[in-house]
Amino acid sequence: MPRLVAISRTIFSNWTLALGVLLLLAIILMALSAPYVFPGDPYDMVAPALTWPGTMPEVPLGTDSLGRDIAAGIFHGARVSLMVGFIAVCFALVIGILVGSLAGYYGGWVDDVLMRVTELFQTIPQFMLAIVIIAVLGTSIEAVVMSLGIVSWPTVARLVRSEFLILRERAFVHSCLVIGMSDLRIIFTQILPNALSSITVMSSVLMATAILMESALSFLGFGDPNVITWGTMIGMGRGQIRDAWYIIAIPGAALLITALALNLVGEGLNDALNPRLRKREV
Amino acid sequence: MSYLGKRLVHVVLTVLGIAIINFFLLQLAPGDAADVLAGEAGTADPEYLANLRREFGLDQPMLHQLWAFLQRLFMFDFGYSYRHNMPVSTLIFERIPATLILVGSSIAMALVFGILLGVVAARTAGRLPDKLISLASLLFYATPPFWIGLMMIVVFSVKLGWTPTGGMSDIISNKTGLAYVLDVMRHLALPAITQAVFYLAIYTRLVRAGMLEVLSLEYIRVARAKGISENRIAYHHALRNAIFPLITVAGTNLGAFLGGAVLTETVFSWPGVGRLMFDAMFQRDLNLLLSILVLSSIFVVLVNLAVDLLYALINPTVELR
Repeated sequence: MPRLVAISRTIFSNWTLALGVLLLLAIILMALSAPYVFPGDPYDMVAPALTWPGTMPEVPLGTDSLGRDIAAGIFHGARVSLMVGFIAVCFALVIGILVGSLAGYYGGWVDDVLMRVTELFQTIPQFMLAIVIIAVLGTSIEAVVMSLGIVSWPTVARLVRSEFLILRERAFVHSCLVIGMSDLRIIFTQILPNALSSITVMSSVLMATAILMESALSFLGFGDPNVITWGTMIGMGRGQIRDAWYIIAIPGAALLITALALNLVGEGLNDALNPRLRKREV
Repeated sequence: MSYLGKRLVHVVLTVLGIAIINFFLLQLAPGDAADVLAGEAGTADPEYLANLRREFGLDQPMLHQLWAFLQRLFMFDFGYSYRHNMPVSTLIFERIPATLILVGSSIAMALVFGILLGVVAARTAGRLPDKLISLASLLFYATPPFWIGLMMIVVFSVKLGWTPTGGMSDIISNKTGLAYVLDVMRHLALPAITQAVFYLAIYTRLVRAGMLEVLSLEYIRVARAKGISENRIAYHHALRNAIFPLITVAGTNLGAFLGGAVLTETVFSWPGVGRLMFDAMFQRDLNLLLSILVLSSIFVVLVNLAVDLLYALINPTVELR
């Protein structure tokens, strides 16, 4: 309990983190409550088509060209965005931590080879690679997650490697070596925990990027056609850009708020976890 | 010169790696490479497919196939697109100028305004202009760029009628000379801004951080003591050193700009490589998709080589290893 108090004190002494956490909690709540607040398929027609927001109490955010409730789409879309972003980041973390820790810990030719591969993946235009992977695997939510993971891991690998390069020279690592601890144990039980704060900060920013990229893919129509996402909603509203721009504006605002929340959390965590690295403010 | 040699070996290895990744993506695709190369499974006649398989050695072991694939790549032979009825290489090369104009102007815009805003923010650190610029960059960093593009169409094209909604030039008026250039620029404005804002946000933050660091150094204090004006110190003495990291970052962002072009060109029907990729995806023209990916990646590698060499030339403190 005192730990919880300490955590919330840290959160609220830092407005960036506080605002980010509050916004993020609101979006998570939306995602969790979607099946109860809007039971039924968000693809169903519920009201006259192209109802403007605020003109009909049943559909507060209006309807699109097929009479689908935009509010329902926003709630259900939050589930997809958060889930896709989260799983894609986990995927990227697994590959990135593995590659980065081995490269940073062993150095030498292992480092050379692994970093060349990492650089290679950073050279290829990420978004184009994601599109090609989806073209090969087919348009499904799994393919989207997979493609986002594959384009995101190099960032993780580079960060983890740089942390390992510094940490492996520390005295506590040398003492682990002296008492005969195995390399794998040193990597995963001794060095990795020390790198976790940087990895956490990066993960939240990475998740924002993944969510934005997912929205871009589904906006282009390369997402799973059976799941409603904010990007899909924007893509479907393009035809009505002249007379019903709110169809595009509302899901875009939802995306903006979500990515903003995650970036704020990342920045706030950075200040809270790495006080030494706090940006030089005059 | 051994530095240049090492860099060239690196470039060759990278291009080889790109080709290998593409080869394996091709292997993952349903059907075999002949189906893919013929455009789409089922549309080409069986005899042609059998011919293709023999020609490309698809009955050979995997390593031989990879070798054949590399040979075709270095001959710039990307096959034939039956959808567009022309060789893939011609198809792509025709679209390159439009994409270069878009990507080039958006990078330039992001750099120029990023540097200006970053310097202003650093010089007013902690005060109102800095806070406003930081807030704006935080917001733009979190906004999906394609959505900014759509919202700008709503405001500037639909409501105000200042700019066209898409395309690269007026088809009807058929302008020439200066009138044509101005027309293209009018069409270019919104897509270039759309592409630029996200990186503008990043560059502003980078320049701000770099300037704050440099402005606290001894030589700046010496310059102040000599009575040099604050403007000259900021733009002449400090900025030079603060923007060095920016050059490398912008170079590594090139791939992201090209990827972003797929979105921007789709939103604004800009007739470039990105739009071609979008069409290829819808037509399931996997060979065209892979060719665009390979060529874009090679382009990124070459530009980064140029940036590195340029960087070494303008920054004498870089040791050529």
